[in-house]
This record gives sequence, structure tokens and C-alpha cells, in this order.
Amino acid sequence: MAESYTTRLDDALNWARKYSLFTYPFVTACCGMEYMATAASKYDIARFGAEFPRFSPRQADLLFVVGTITERQAPVLHRIWMQMAEPKYVVAFGVCASTGGFYQNYNTVPGCDQVIPVDVYIPGCPPRPEQVLDGLILLQKKIAEATTWVQRRDRKELELAAQSTDGRKRLPVVA
Amino acid sequence: MSTTTQSKTGSKKLALGMPTPEEITAGGIPGISARPKLPPDLMAKLNNEELEEVEDIELPTEPMTINMGPSHPATHGTVRIILTIDGETVRDSDVQVGYLHRCFEKEAEAATYTQVFPYTDRLNYVSPLLNNVGFALAVEKLLGIVDRLPERASYIRVIVGEISRITDHLTCLGASAMEVGGFTPFLWMIKVREWLWELLEELTGARLTHSYVRIGGVAQDLPEHFIEKLRAVLEKSVEVLGECESLLVKNRIFRDRMDGVGTISAEDAIAWGWTGPCLRSTGVPYDVRKDHPYLVYDRFEFDVPVGSVGDNYDRVAVRLEEIRQSMRILDQACKQIPAGPVLLDEPRICMPPKNAVYNTIESMIGHFKLIVDGIKVPPGEVYSYTEGGNGELGFYIVSDGSGRPYRCHVRAPSFIHTQALSKLILGAGIADIIPTFGLINMIGGECDR
Amino acid sequence: MSKADLDKLVAQFPGAVVSSHSNFGDDTAVVTADQLKDVMRYLRDTAGFDFLVNVTAVDYFGREPRFEVVYHLRSMATGNRLRIKVGLHEEEGGPSAEVATVSDLWPTANWQEREAYDMFGIKFTGHPDLRRILMYEEFIGHPLRKDYPKEQRQPLIRRDYSLG
Repeated sequence: MAESYTTRLDDALNWARKYSLFTYPFVTACCGMEYMATAASKYDIARFGAEFPRFSPRQADLLFVVGTITERQAPVLHRIWMQMAEPKYVVAFGVCASTGGFYQNYNTVPGCDQVIPVDVYIPGCPPRPEQVLDGLILLQKKIAEATTWVQRRDRKELELAAQSTDGRKRLPVVA
Repeated sequence: MSTTTQSKTGSKKLALGMPTPEEITAGGIPGISARPKLPPDLMAKLNNEELEEVEDIELPTEPMTINMGPSHPATHGTVRIILTIDGETVRDSDVQVGYLHRCFEKEAEAATYTQVFPYTDRLNYVSPLLNNVGFALAVEKLLGIVDRLPERASYIRVIVGEISRITDHLTCLGASAMEVGGFTPFLWMIKVREWLWELLEELTGARLTHSYVRIGGVAQDLPEHFIEKLRAVLEKSVEVLGECESLLVKNRIFRDRMDGVGTISAEDAIAWGWTGPCLRSTGVPYDVRKDHPYLVYDRFEFDVPVGSVGDNYDRVAVRLEEIRQSMRILDQACKQIPAGPVLLDEPRICMPPKNAVYNTIESMIGHFKLIVDGIKVPPGEVYSYTEGGNGELGFYIVSDGSGRPYRCHVRAPSFIHTQALSKLILGAGIADIIPTFGLINMIGGECDR
Repeated sequence: MSKADLDKLVAQFPGAVVSSHSNFGDDTAVVTADQLKDVMRYLRDTAGFDFLVNVTAVDYFGREPRFEVVYHLRSMATGNRLRIKVGLHEEEGGPSAEVATVSDLWPTANWQEREAYDMFGIKFTGHPDLRRILMYEEFIGHPLRKDYPKEQRQPLIRRDYSLG
């Protein structure tokens, strides 16, 4: 009884979360131009509830990694991800953030998933705004289904706690 | 009451722009009519001579080191500035670049000359076609085919290059306006940029990273009615540009953030290696298109706008005027553009048409050789320079006679401009860093390569 | 173009100019490392080449001298251009190649020399602030040297987030 109640509550929470994504654009490179275009009036990301870029990671729950991540930038990216409040989601915007793209050399990180967990990868160099919006909708779907990395990790922790023998049970963390 | 408490200090203004006591009593401050009168004992205090020292009082502060960036919300581009500040004043700064070092030069050494084009797109990613043209001209100089380029190809390069320059300046101005709080010009300028990108997409197949220029010409001819569409877009754009201009240059807040901030003299600018709109803002009319004409730039009439003081506002004004001049060039180029081929007829350099590749053995072999070995460029070294979005964009290429560059160095104007940022913000307030940095127009891809 | 300037330079510094050519229309003079500073000062103050366009380096691996530092100059008055090159030796395991800095003549050389130091390991003696600029401090080696493999990464951070 108690468990089903929690699930219903989670559903409601996830429904709310998916329509109020506060983005933090970690803009490093060319993809930033398309990020601008996506945010500006023609493509208007506001229609999907991710209108307002919060330029502080502490007030954001969606991290857009926009552009190439270099070895020098990687610790900065990791720190910013750590600073974000939970539950948090990460979108790799563009092929450089996803895999490193055609920059395979001594200073580019082959995908930002080497440093932080990524929920949605948007290909394209740079991706068109339509692709970005598609990626955003995909993320919203994942949030509703509770299959983003943070949500899966929380479930896993719950399972582990349930299996533990010392009888203590960890409560789900609701941010 | 008002007669008995006449101020001894006359009309001297107190610190912080506060009204003088008699202004308060008389209620005659412009714009404020019914000002409540102050009690007499407070008036006496206000008239006290000791208060004049207020002007000199500064809160005691110790120099403090703070870190700005590398992911600062108000800067476009990843740069880290370590500031030593005294209150609000910058006493010292260490600008650190390199957060977007994607190893263009190492990648270029591993790629054939044609494969380098996509990398050049991502140097100054706000005006990719200008980089394409710059790199193509450098290789063509090595090959000795600059004079033999098809005329139509040269015109197309000018047209796409100038469209790119307009988008570059629009992005710079729009983003800078947004960073000081003007969101409307940003939206309007991005709107114009969308129109231009749509045109370029029709021509090249990509919105931003075009890779459209080839060694010996361009990839394909203009689509049907391109010239008419371009004319229509330019007509619309001029209107929007006028609106944006009136929002910026007549805006008190914008002017206060720009006027007299980040000033640099012409001598200093030359010593720091500045080129492009930044150098022209100091009054030096150096424009590669005018001083060393390449392609067909000597056939167009256009002016080189220069500033007078070299402050942020001059950099805005120069860019705004350059957009207009680019439109002038586009207009003339649309009239003059001749018919003809767009790629040099030279099988050792240029790809044969696709139809021939599938139907004749010679073209097939030529295609195969060009793809696998690359274009054989004679050994030697060249430095070729064009006017990029930010200034003199130079490519220094060393060839060893193979199909790949032995060394390919970019003279990146952003890198050289950003170097002087420390000097520009010295003694300025923290808030002045943002517009100064924005109008230097540091583009990460170009600065760090 | 500036062939006359090149001839003048050769006449002024007969001992310093090792060779000169005007291939592809770029007038080039190769000068000795010890006289570079004098040549540059002469070019800036007397010959009118007051604008240092760029400074870079090339690694001719397997050739002697191994490195070349390349300077491009422009005269703001006449628009003439000139390229000055310096060849620098470096032995395997020996001290790094050295040349005098020109950042006191042109402040723009400051970062560009730092870049050449970062990428090639060329030491610019007398440089006020010679440290890495594009790469991070922890990086070992000089990536644009021909003997540095293109894909040899030196990660600062890696994290594994697999949930098993």
C-alpha cells in the first residue's frame, strides 16, 4: 500500500519535473550558436517548458553540455555537475559533447560521458534546432518514465538497501 | 525656515550625487516637484562642514583575488580571468585562454588539404565561410592558381563571405547587447541571422558549418533565384538593423556602459597586433580588403568605417556600419556576377563532376587519387591573409610536397585581441569587463584553435 | 613588393642574414639566432615594419636545425610585408632550443611566444611570463612536435557512472 502510494507520488512529481526544466547551458563552442538559435524567438524552446536558462548550476536541474569538452575543461564540467541540485539531468548537445566528433586528439575528451553521466545524446555538428527540441522531448519522456541516470541510481540504492541484512531501510531521496 | 537654513557651501554637490541641502529645502530638483521638507536639526547637520569629507571617504578594502570563469554566465566563450580587485576596481588581471584548444593545427597535419575545410569551419564558428575562403586562398597561393580562379567562383566567395561577415557582426552585437541587459536587440538580430542562415542553407546544405569552398572554386553553383532571395532578405534586414541601431545607440543605459569604457589608443592597438573592427575603432583604416585586395574586392565601392576614440562604443559603431558596407558590397556583387563555371578545370586539383566519375574511367581514377592521396601541393611555405570576421585571418602553411600540410598555422585575430584584455580592463570596474570582453569578440574556436 | 626592403636588410646585416628568398611572393630572410634582436629592432625602428603580424614555429623533425621560429612583419605605412625566420638546434635530451624574446619590442609577441613554447618547447629568453597558455600545467611534452602522437591524451579526470 505504502509502496504504490510512493509510485503514484513519483509519477506526479515526474510529470511536474518534466515541464519545468531549468537549463544550465555549459556553452563552450560552435554548438552555442545553435543553442542561441534554439532559445531565440523562431524555435523558442520556451514552448517545451525549458525556457529560462539559469546561469547558476545551483538553480538548474538540466545541464546542456554545448560543445567540445577538452581535457582542461573536463574538471570544470564535473564540478559544475556536482554543484547542481538533484534530481539533475544531462543532455549532450552536439556530436563533440557526445563522442568528441571528428576531434580525436590529445586534448579533446571523447564524449562528456567520460566525466559525467549523460541522459540524452543529440547528434549533429551542430544539431539543428529541431533536433535539439526533439532531444528535449526525449528527455521529458525519460523523466516521466523515470529512466534518467539519477532516477535509476536512486532506484538501485533502494534495492540495495532492501537487500541489506542489518534491517535498516534507506528512504527515497526526493529533492 | 528656508531662509534661515541657507547653505554655506553654496550649490556644491555632496557625494553620491545627492541633492544639495538648499535643493532639498526648495524642492526645486528637476523632475522632483513635491519633495518632503526635512526637519531643521537634520538640515543643520547636512550643512555641517564636516560632511564635505564624505567625498573622500572610501571604505577600507584589501586587494582581493577572485576568479571569473571559465564558465561565466555573462561571457560568451570560455575564458578564465583571475582578477585582483580593490573594491570594485580591477587592479590586476591574468587572462587564461585555452579551454577550447581542439588542436586544429595537429588535426590539419593529419588531414588532406580538402579535409581541412571542416576544421576551418569551426575556427571562427560565427563566420565559417570567411575561414573557408581564407584557407582556400592560402592553398591556392601555394598551387599558384590564384589568378586562374573562375570569376564566378570568386564572386560567389565574396557573396557568401560577406553574408558570413554580417552574421558575425550581428551575433557579436546581439550577444553584447544581451550581456548588458538589452534582450530585444538580441532577438531581432538573431531573427536576421536566421534569414541569412536559411539562404546559406539553401546554398550549402548546412546552417552553420558549411564546408562550401573548395580548392579551385566552390562546391556548387548558386541555386535558382538565389540573387533575388538575397536582395529581398537584405531589404528586410536593413529595416531591422535600423530598429536595432536606434535601440542601441540612443539607449542611455547602453551608452553609459559603452562610452569611454575599454579605451585603447591607435599606437597601442598596433603594438598589441590588433586588426579588423577592433583596430578600426581606434581610427586606423586598415582593412585587408582595401589594402591588399584579394578575390574581386578591388571591383567594389565600399568605405572602411573607423572610430575615433577606440572605446567600446566605437567598436559597436564600426560593426554596425560594417554591416551596411557589407550589404553594399553584396548589392554590387549581385549586379556584377558573371555566368560561367564555379570550379577550376584542372583534374589534378579539382574533383571531376559526379556524373563523369560514374561514367568515365579517367574521372574515376582522378577522383580516387584526389580522395586517397589528396591534392599534391608543391613544397614551400606561404602566408596568406584575408579579412576575417574579427580581423586579419592568416594561414601560414608549410608543404612538403605531399597531400597533407606539413604545418598549418592560423593567425587567429581573437587570440591576439584577447591578449590586450588585461590592459583594457585595468582600472575599470568589474561590470565593465563584460562589455569590453564581448566587443573584443573573442570566439573560443578561433582563439584557442 | 618589399624586395627592396629585403635587399636593404641583407646589406645592413651581411653577417646575420643566412639566406633569403622570395618564393610565392613572400619575401623571407633567415637570420642567425644571436642577431635576431638587432635585426628586429632595426626593422621596427628604421625600416618601418612596425606591425608584428604573428609569431609561430615549425618542427622540421629529422632535419638540422630542427626548429624554425617564424615572424611575419607588416609596415602600416607602406603595406609591405616581410618574413623573418630563425633556425634553432635542439639535441635529443639536451637543453631546449632558445631564442631571444621580442615581446619587449612588440607586446603582441607575448602570448604568441608562450604558444610556441607550449606547443614546441622553444624557450624565449628574457620573456616576462613564459608558461603554458593553451595546454594545462600538468601536461607533459609539447604536442605540436612531430614526435608527439596525435591521440596521446593525458586526462586530468575520468569517472565511470555505470550502474552495473
